[in-house]
Amino acid sequence: MKRTVHPDGVSLTLGITLFYLGLVVLLPLSLTILKSLQPGPELFWQIFTSPRVLAAFQVSFFSALTAAMINGVLGFLTAWVLVRYPLPGKKILDALVDLPFALPTAVAGITLAALYSPTGWIGSLLARIGIPVAYTPSGIVLALTFIGLPFVVRTVQPVLQAVDGGLEEAAASLGAGRWQTFWRVTLPTLIPAVLTGFTMAFARGLGEYGSVIFIAGNRPFVSEIVPLLIITHLEQYDVIGATALAMIMLAVSFLLLLLINLMQAWMSRRYPV
Amino acid sequence: MRIEVQGAIKQFGQYRALDQLDLHIPAGEMVAILGPSGCGKTTLLRIIAGLESLDHGMLCFDGVEATHTPVQERRVGFVFQHYALFGHMTIFENVAFGLRLKPRKQRPAESVIRKRVLDLLAMVQLEPVASRYPAQLSGGQRQRIAFARALAAEPRLLLLDEPFGALDARVRHDLRQWLRQMHALVPVTTLFVTHDQTEAVEVAERVVVMKQGRIEQIGTMDELHANPASPFVADFMGGANLFHGRMENGTTRIGEILLESAPFQASVADAASCSPVICIRSHDWQLGRQPNGQRTWHTVVRHLRPSGAVVRLGLESLQGAGSIDVELTREQYDKHRFQPGETVFALPTQVRIFTDAPKGSVVPN
Amino acid sequence: MSAVLDWSRYSSPVTQDPLWVRRLLSGMVVLFLMLFLVLPLIFIGVQAFGKGIHVYWSALSNPDSLAAIRLTLLTALLVVPVNLVFGVCAAWAIARKEFRGKNLLITLIDLPFAVSPVISGLIFVLLFGAQGWLATWLNDWQIKIIFAVPGIVLATLFVTLPFVAKELIPIMQARGRQEEEAARVLGASGWQTFWHVTLPGIRWGLLYGVILCNARAMGEFGAVSVVSGHIRGLTNTMPLHVETLYNEYQGAAAFAVASLLVALALVTLVCKVWMERQQGEVKVEKQGKE
Repeated sequence: MKRTVHPDGVSLTLGITLFYLGLVVLLPLSLTILKSLQPGPELFWQIFTSPRVLAAFQVSFFSALTAAMINGVLGFLTAWVLVRYPLPGKKILDALVDLPFALPTAVAGITLAALYSPTGWIGSLLARIGIPVAYTPSGIVLALTFIGLPFVVRTVQPVLQAVDGGLEEAAASLGAGRWQTFWRVTLPTLIPAVLTGFTMAFARGLGEYGSVIFIAGNRPFVSEIVPLLIITHLEQYDVIGATALAMIMLAVSFLLLLLINLMQAWMSRRYPV
Repeated sequence: MRIEVQGAIKQFGQYRALDQLDLHIPAGEMVAILGPSGCGKTTLLRIIAGLESLDHGMLCFDGVEATHTPVQERRVGFVFQHYALFGHMTIFENVAFGLRLKPRKQRPAESVIRKRVLDLLAMVQLEPVASRYPAQLSGGQRQRIAFARALAAEPRLLLLDEPFGALDARVRHDLRQWLRQMHALVPVTTLFVTHDQTEAVEVAERVVVMKQGRIEQIGTMDELHANPASPFVADFMGGANLFHGRMENGTTRIGEILLESAPFQASVADAASCSPVICIRSHDWQLGRQPNGQRTWHTVVRHLRPSGAVVRLGLESLQGAGSIDVELTREQYDKHRFQPGETVFALPTQVRIFTDAPKGSVVPN
Repeated sequence: MSAVLDWSRYSSPVTQDPLWVRRLLSGMVVLFLMLFLVLPLIFIGVQAFGKGIHVYWSALSNPDSLAAIRLTLLTALLVVPVNLVFGVCAAWAIARKEFRGKNLLITLIDLPFAVSPVISGLIFVLLFGAQGWLATWLNDWQIKIIFAVPGIVLATLFVTLPFVAKELIPIMQARGRQEEEAARVLGASGWQTFWHVTLPGIRWGLLYGVILCNARAMGEFGAVSVVSGHIRGLTNTMPLHVETLYNEYQGAAAFAVASLLVALALVTLVCKVWMERQQGEVKVEKQGKE
């Protein structure tokens, strides 16, 4: 209702914003989309249905999904413990949760690869009991779990913090046991946040490149992810192939972005902070 | 400074905040703008300050048009509802802000600024907190600092937007007294917005009542109480009962009650029938255990609430006029000592009938 | 996170979990975080310094490493100020004005976060690469963007575009504009208002946004890897150099260069904690005002 009409630089700043955004984001992206339409749907379909591409999409999709599910559980637990229980060194642990955000993906990639390789600190232990991690699909899941951890923790944490203690006390006073209170009162209020975090981790996992390629082994049909395949196409000067794959990835990313926005709107409607 | 607003119109999307509003405020007065939320009072204040611009109409300061003068050049002091003190500056820096911003040629020497700020802080009795930050002060203290900051650059006009809205009742009362004293000390034209009529009573010399972007009535508090221009004003000033009546062939009824009055008939002779609003203030009643003539209202006492020097009774009409609030002095009440459940005969001593015409007719009864 | 509410203080006997549950879950989470986050950090340290400080130092002072560090610093130096100005402009426009399509604009600003880093690089290859839209024109003018420094800067601009804006928008929206209006009534010009009132009010968020933007600018791998061409000493940034060294089985050298990036990440984390403490204080102040 209150609007300042005097020139306070809004038109100037809005102009700069739109111009820069158009130049750096919109123009290149729309040209990419245009380029991908050039070869026509037939070739497009041909590229998409080639066995290697299908396999890569399978690997990317299922490892991102598995990692997001692991993160859903572990991230939830982490948030729960960090918010509710007294813990020595809690502030440090809490701060470290953001490490996967802050650490360059290449560094995360070589570190995980070296740690979990058959000669690494953890890899050698796992190899002894017959679980190879590095250079297999489980290595991809491991890397994506690392990358996606902060998403779930950081979306659940504030909601958990905002959950009123009175809510659980009310449930208890109405005769609910601790376990019933958790299942029927606490968990339902947290579900939107967990789902949002899960979707964010999944979206990030689908496109992730740097942390994965070192540990994945990158064998076609087994542990080759889509982003890597795009680069492979590019290195073979197959721009059309690369663009077609990128197009599909972009479409999926936009859908997930839309989904995340909807979920966040849903969350803020349910829990206006 | 004298302020004139002419034909002011301001529209926000679907909502018309100001609707052909005219207002004249003489220099040096302390005026309250009173109205319910959404009536456009804050918009009016922000337009006078220059924080909003008019869609149509004109604004003059001392007879000079100022409609398009930028806010920085208007030399007004504005006290915001939530104070808007600069959190990263000390109290001293907050008050000095307006002075230190001036172009070098007009800017007083730092020593002069210092003296002026300290004088102002002394005036608002907050000298000791000069080096603290706003977050370290109480709400009432922040309010006074906001006031000192607004006065620092010697504004020609002081505007206050719900200045006491965020404070608790006790502090609010003290600050109102304080504001009156300040105005006596610094007699600058002062406009303040409030939705609280007691606040307007305590502070202002004159009150502007607003409704839906228009001015409903201007006057002293006494005038508004004695002569409300509309049922809205009567209702908003409080202490009034409003009834919806029927008027046919010169007689007015509320439910089964007949309100007959000769002078009134003359004034609306051409209105054969309409639906007037009848206003009877809560202290304009005589109560008794016996009916007193034809115009006595038959009621039953629903509840009573003694409060200090007065006793408030909640009556219910037995003739279909609804509930009635009556205020008796303790003395009047002690004569009868009505009890809940008892039947009581009530006689209004003064009745105002508002037809659709803007002015209400006062009817001696 | 510390500023909002300390749950352990609030939980009554009724809402507290049984001791064994608390111990079990705490134990699991601590173990998990140790294995998953702390151990890799220690591992990097051991790998980098395991062969002695001498090896570490020579890995860093190698001309290729120095070139990579220089290129990374140059990129950050070019990218961060541009995205800083953009972020402030975008936040200002979004927080200060109601207009149609505002949500779309916010989504667009978020877009680079949603796009795979590889695609972020690819779009610039399609624009400026050998088979790109502008290929002939660039060829005529002898301008090289892909497999050269301009490409790296462009890809980094794209990838780090949202950081500052994303930090500032909620802060500026929460602050409202009353302080700015107060300044203007007191006679401040638009620029004075921004400089003396707006900027000090958002400084912590701004600083943190810049730090995040900088960390990503220096650490971006996927997008840069597509446009850089991996020319040692010329177009290798630090993360790319780490990759090159690692693939050449120079583990110690790779981790030595990586350790610099880790230090950057840790500084970023410390800044985040510090920033949250500052904001916590602001929040407490705001509550005090109610």
